[in-house]
Amino acid sequence: MQVKDDKELSKKYNDYVKKVTKTTSLPKNMFHAFLTGGIICTIGQIIMNILSDYGVEKEHANSVTILILIAASAYLTGMNIYAKIGKYGGAGSLVPITGFANSIACSATEYKAEGMVMGLGCKIFTIAGPVILYGLISSSVLGILYYLLGGINLWG
Amino acid sequence: MGIENQTNKIKGAQSVEYGNPPYILEYASICGKKEGQGPLKEEFDERSEDDMFGADTWEKAESALQEKTVRLLLQKSGYQNTDIRYMFAGDLLGQLIASTFGLLNFEIPFFGLYGACSTMGESLSLGSMTIAGGYADKVITLASSHFASAEKTFRFPLEYGNQRPYSATWTVTGCGAVVLGSGSSAENKKKAKAKIRGITTGKIVDFGVKDSMNMGACMAPAAADVIQKNLSDFGYTVDEYDKIITGDLGYIGQTILIDLLRAVDIDISEKHMDCGIEIFDSEKQDTHAGGSGCGCSATVLCGYILGKIQRGEWKKVLFVPTGAMLSPISFNEGQSVPGIAHAVIIENREVQ
Repeated sequence: MQVKDDKELSKKYNDYVKKVTKTTSLPKNMFHAFLTGGIICTIGQIIMNILSDYGVEKEHANSVTILILIAASAYLTGMNIYAKIGKYGGAGSLVPITGFANSIACSATEYKAEGMVMGLGCKIFTIAGPVILYGLISSSVLGILYYLLGGINLWG
Repeated sequence: MGIENQTNKIKGAQSVEYGNPPYILEYASICGKKEGQGPLKEEFDERSEDDMFGADTWEKAESALQEKTVRLLLQKSGYQNTDIRYMFAGDLLGQLIASTFGLLNFEIPFFGLYGACSTMGESLSLGSMTIAGGYADKVITLASSHFASAEKTFRFPLEYGNQRPYSATWTVTGCGAVVLGSGSSAENKKKAKAKIRGITTGKIVDFGVKDSMNMGACMAPAAADVIQKNLSDFGYTVDEYDKIITGDLGYIGQTILIDLLRAVDIDISEKHMDCGIEIFDSEKQDTHAGGSGCGCSATVLCGYILGKIQRGEWKKVLFVPTGAMLSPISFNEGQSVPGIAHAVIIENREVQ
């Protein structure tokens, strides 16, 4: 059997493939993301302002706004609308809390057919799982650092 | 029965030429909604408005699609399931569940095949060899894919709001099926729509591409390899064929295939056609690089290509379905995506 220089062939071919593969325009994608992300955040701000106008405390208004955005995103996911927003907005619709909600709601609808335990239960965090795990770890590490550096006083 | 038995020939390194080329006695295709709005919509036997095909999950939907297609094929051909000796079938789902559950009720001896999107080429190859070897008078070969079940198996849940790169393809919802019959039967000759002159079986080819969203680039080297072998094994030039038709290379894969073959002095640019490029209108239907999936080459073969061959508009074509051999696990573990392609020489029934 003839042994080929696989690495060289692979590199040459991959470089060539890169040349012939059409890629998306970065400025255009960034503009779409800015617009979509901006609109989502503006909606959030509007909801928060309205809540404040009705006399809800700032901290509560914050939480309620997040809940409303999550519910709206889950609803739009179920109605086959959020995927379209995501296609246009990219990171603009992925990064806000609505994107996180979308990743959970879409897994829930997709895997429900495989049962409430092994399907929905096990697979609901298929996409969101890494965000949750590494988010918790990094916040724990930062929390410990903050404590050691004297930022919080746990013992009153 | 008045037909002289010619011996089959082992040709070159990877090919077989049949002494009595097996006939394609009948073919049938059913496609999904999006395919039914594409440029080839008139070519398919049935266009389903319902991508669930009456089932309640995507996997069952693909099984229902296969079952419907085989029923239609039997009905069109006038054969009973008892007339068929074997079935060669495959799909893209884990452990071939679409074929298993879709074909269960026919009670025909069954070979399950996995060749990724090259499955139609693989099933035609094995089916025609079985017939030419004298082990069956009639067999059914088929392949299917479904957009939603394939997305779920290989990519993300359907409603996930992500962006697909331009190099990504759109999995075809569809199933194509063929009845092959012995080339030494006079009765089959009367019903023949086309025949299979020979095959060239592809090797697994790996050029080290790791991007599963650029499957055209993963598969093009395999297609180039098998086309080159087919020409050298049979001693043909490109002019032998009216068309050289790949399965689902898409726009990027097509460019690469033509470039790769040009480097070995074979120019197929005038003859090449890709099922994935033909089945969708990339601009209007937003399918990026084109269609893909086992169902892509299978439906285009059983709709468009065999129609052209039957009517004599094309005398001889080389049908080369292409497959990207990856699983979500191999991909996550950092392996490359090798390609495979199987070439089948299909002729008009009158060609000698």
